[in-house]
Amino acid sequence: MSKIHVKLTVNGKAEELLAEPRELLIHVLRERLNLTGPHIGCETSHCGACTVEMNGKSVKSCTVFAAQANGAEITTIEGLGTPDALHVLQQAFREHHGLQCGFCTPGMITRAHRLLEENPNPTEEEVRFGMAGNLCRCTGYQNIVKSILAAASEINAAKEAAQ
Amino acid sequence: MIPAAFEYHRPADIESAVGLLQRLGDEARVLAGGHSLIPMMKLRMAAIEHLVDLQDIGALKSVTIDGDAVTIGAMVTQQELIAHAGLAQSAPILREAALQIADPQVRAMGTIGGNIANGDPGNDMPGLMQALDATFLLSGPDGEREVEARAFYEAAYMTDREDDEILTAVQFTARPGGYAYEKQKRKIGDYATAAAAVLVGKEGGKVAWASIAMTNLSDTPIWSQAAADALTGTDCGAEAVKAASAAALADIDPTEDNRGPVEFKRHVAGIIITRAIQRAWSRA
Repeated sequence: MSKIHVKLTVNGKAEELLAEPRELLIHVLRERLNLTGPHIGCETSHCGACTVEMNGKSVKSCTVFAAQANGAEITTIEGLGTPDALHVLQQAFREHHGLQCGFCTPGMITRAHRLLEENPNPTEEEVRFGMAGNLCRCTGYQNIVKSILAAASEINAAKEAAQ
Repeated sequence: MIPAAFEYHRPADIESAVGLLQRLGDEARVLAGGHSLIPMMKLRMAAIEHLVDLQDIGALKSVTIDGDAVTIGAMVTQQELIAHAGLAQSAPILREAALQIADPQVRAMGTIGGNIANGDPGNDMPGLMQALDATFLLSGPDGEREVEARAFYEAAYMTDREDDEILTAVQFTARPGGYAYEKQKRKIGDYATAAAAVLVGKEGGKVAWASIAMTNLSDTPIWSQAAADALTGTDCGAEAVKAASAAALADIDPTEDNRGPVEFKRHVAGIIITRAIQRAWSRA
């Protein structure tokens, strides 16, 4: 089977590689580009641990072939913040106990980032509906929702202050 | 999980895509959003030699609303359907149904065409298309042809589409009136235990017309002429709704699976149909 020349922009950086058509985006991100933030959880499009942004949409990267993503702009959790400069969402998850084991967290935060881009001032119900594709098996969702709402307030306050 | 090896094709127009299907025969499958097909490939329940990705074909992504005539390209995603202001105006039942499909990430990739053409009895759009009396546009080696949604589904995963044909668009006439898509599912991301699409028109306090279809209650979507007849001309009161629900239940043939035994499914179906009719009527 012939390999495919795949070009991606990942977290703002141009990447080029040869991929087998059957290589999934999650495998390319984790194993070729060493971006191990997006996790492999259920591998059946349910849990959302592998969530990344692709061309401004939240997608489950275990259910996208790298070949399909050819030409796309991808953002992973690594593109949102760093250990020294946490993203507002990362800081909010930390402060509001939005994680325990942390396995689902990169997917949660990447998805929450897109949700707040599309709806900067969501209600609790809208957060729950918008996060329905991400499963957490430790905390329950209470503190995850609280973290996202807190991050939304903080982002909005910062925006108002800037105006 | 890694699927078996295959060749990947990304044609730029419908003619090239049809040409590939014609040349490669039943070893090829088209890829829309991939959220039914890719999981099956990963589980190695679908063995595909050639995958023909339709994402570069711009003609499949348009939505046209011309008066009451609505045409939706097969590659329009569920997320795009939900966000489309014109569709929310002319056929709000589409948005209501699409919001009940899977979860946000799946809706970002999943398409109306994939949902329709896959032939999975659990998919929601086929039932909805029965209710809307939609027409499907197929492109193949001999050009384009039209098939009525109500004549498209033959059995589970078996449709009127030939191996070398591509579903390019759906068309329907939007009718003003009440609507509801009601779905019972075990959890977010699951297929329906039972779902019903109801459209209803009101004139002088009576039901002028109705269209009632059901999802995942037979090996194909079911449109019930008898249910619509039972409702038409009535005041949509409790007796009429009961009669319509009974008529709809006479048209389904659910099978036992992990969503429950037949008796349970019939019970859930009765409740879902009743709720859908009542909600549609409240909006008429």
